[in-house]
Amino acid sequence: MTPTLDIAGLSTHFFTRDGIAKAVDGVSFSIAPGEVLGLVGESGSGKSVTGFSILGLVDPPGRVVAGAIRFKGEDLVGADAQRLRSLRGNRIAMVFQDPMMTLNPVLRIGEQMTEAISAHSKATKSEAQARARDALGAVGIASPEERLTAYPHHLSGGMRQRVAIAIALINAPDLLIADEPTTALDVTIQGQILSVVQRLVARSHTALLWITHDLSVVAGLADRIAVMYAGRIVEQGAVDGLLTCPRHPYTAGLLASLPERAVHGGRLASIPGMAPSLLNRPQGCAFRSRCGLARPECGNAMIAEKQVGDRRFACLHPLADSAGQVM
Amino acid sequence: MEATPLLAAERIDKRFERRLDFAGRLAVKLGAAPGNETVHALDGVSLAVRRGEVLGVVGESGCGKSTLGRILAGIMPASSGRILWQGADRDRLTGTERRTVKLAVQMVFQDPASSLNPRMRVADIIGEAPLVHGQVTRAELGDYIDTILRDVGLDPAMKQRYPHQFSGGQRQRIGIARALAVEPQCIIADEAVAALDVSIRAQIINLFDELRQKRDLTYLFISHDLGIVRFIADRVVVMYLGRVVESAPTSALFAAPNHPYTVALLAGAPRLEDRKRAFAAIEGEIPSPLNPPRGCHFHPRCPHVMARCREEAPRLSEIAPGRLSACHLNQA
Repeated sequence: MTPTLDIAGLSTHFFTRDGIAKAVDGVSFSIAPGEVLGLVGESGSGKSVTGFSILGLVDPPGRVVAGAIRFKGEDLVGADAQRLRSLRGNRIAMVFQDPMMTLNPVLRIGEQMTEAISAHSKATKSEAQARARDALGAVGIASPEERLTAYPHHLSGGMRQRVAIAIALINAPDLLIADEPTTALDVTIQGQILSVVQRLVARSHTALLWITHDLSVVAGLADRIAVMYAGRIVEQGAVDGLLTCPRHPYTAGLLASLPERAVHGGRLASIPGMAPSLLNRPQGCAFRSRCGLARPECGNAMIAEKQVGDRRFACLHPLADSAGQVM
Repeated sequence: MEATPLLAAERIDKRFERRLDFAGRLAVKLGAAPGNETVHALDGVSLAVRRGEVLGVVGESGCGKSTLGRILAGIMPASSGRILWQGADRDRLTGTERRTVKLAVQMVFQDPASSLNPRMRVADIIGEAPLVHGQVTRAELGDYIDTILRDVGLDPAMKQRYPHQFSGGQRQRIGIARALAVEPQCIIADEAVAALDVSIRAQIINLFDELRQKRDLTYLFISHDLGIVRFIADRVVVMYLGRVVESAPTSALFAAPNHPYTVALLAGAPRLEDRKRAFAAIEGEIPSPLNPPRGCHFHPRCPHVMARCREEAPRLSEIAPGRLSACHLNQA
């Protein structure tokens, strides 16, 4: 089966006055129809830029400099603006952390929704209205008919995010890119949003790329996880294996830093130091200055990715296969 | 009876009123509007922080946890109620005693970028307060600042820099250093690690723990993140819409939450152990504090709601030694 999305060697660089920031540097992954991939990383790891690159939304001074983004077999790198426009909001949709990035504050919810429908199909006004109403109902908004005439500022943060999700899914896209859509929300509201997205995506067999910094969220949501560090994917694989037995020291360090698994009153295992500047990414493994297992050869040129079963990781001295809590 | 708590809040109320503009006042005069809008941020909140413990305060946005922290820190007045420092009403103290007590409680904020003055050098940010309050002389100040910087894990050589020259984690260390500079006994940390990346967050949490042992500190740790509170706190207070709904020792609370809201909160939090779980969250929105529901504030979302919950607010009462909960189900 052709994957919905297949990214190979994607590099997106920003050509700034201070130098070239390699925000994304040789990223490869793919997502099958109906699959959920969690793309996890800390701030500045390049996870959001990866999402923007897929939609062709990287603005100058940024530019996709290498690699291929194949959407159902069609390469989107170098596709013309017309073609991207017909895909965006139709076959590929995106949800952002702040729903006000998607919603127009001076348009009624109904107009924004019907606009998304009529931009991509020849629906009559009443058909579009009906579809918009159904979409609002599907994301769990009470009395959708009335909400169609509301403005975004009438709604709470959680409701706005539901509307943004309803708009994203209104044309039943093949791929949904969700960039930290629950990060700004409260725990109980986050649960509601996760449940809505999970249900709708499963129903329409949409491939989902869920970008987050929170491993706990993707643990329960995703099929596979890819961990990014300083512009590269350091490890990817099925959720269970990756979380119980990480091979890359960064993944292990990230997991050990979570208070969830720590003993109360003990010390948290923290990763010393901080992430390198993207302007001045060290040669070889970018994590080596913070890694307890680093050796001189970790600084050699490019670290090749190894594949063991369904797991891929870029490390010369990976952690043992069974016991992952070495760090 | 146990020892007098270090810091206690007694039936604290906090109301924020919005003054009406001319059009609003006109509308009230004509009988078209009900008058000033009042947000009841805190509604009869009582809690006690014991010496040497870490008390976690959890709740979602609008529950009043930050307002409570600010009132306890003394940087915002309460509308009514008393704050007790070692049993004495803090507002009735005078002179040097008043000043010592005020300095004894310090606060660390969520966003170090907006809580540090961008035009001040780190040495001045940290050194200003102890100098003004006469805790150190100008001659001792340099060494004093160096010691504190080393305590929070920063290189004293960087003290002539400005906040923007530091990373997020380092800035939070500066915020902690500033709080420590006046030798407080109690630190109120309001979402102090919420803005940090996971790996940096662990460093700061460990720092809080080290400082507690080294300087004999007591913490009030305000957070929305249950994982962190579970790890760091000895006791937890759960708030919902301006009221305390439950308080218990950490292990007891996480093992067997009593209040339906606490149950929902714990169930809703994503866990690392989840695999392809069906997310099913509690229904409904958090009501606006401008217009909270009658009776128990949680009743519109509660799966066990009874007629009584809609009318009468449940009292916070003891359900087991050291455990309090405000739910009518416990009296049924």
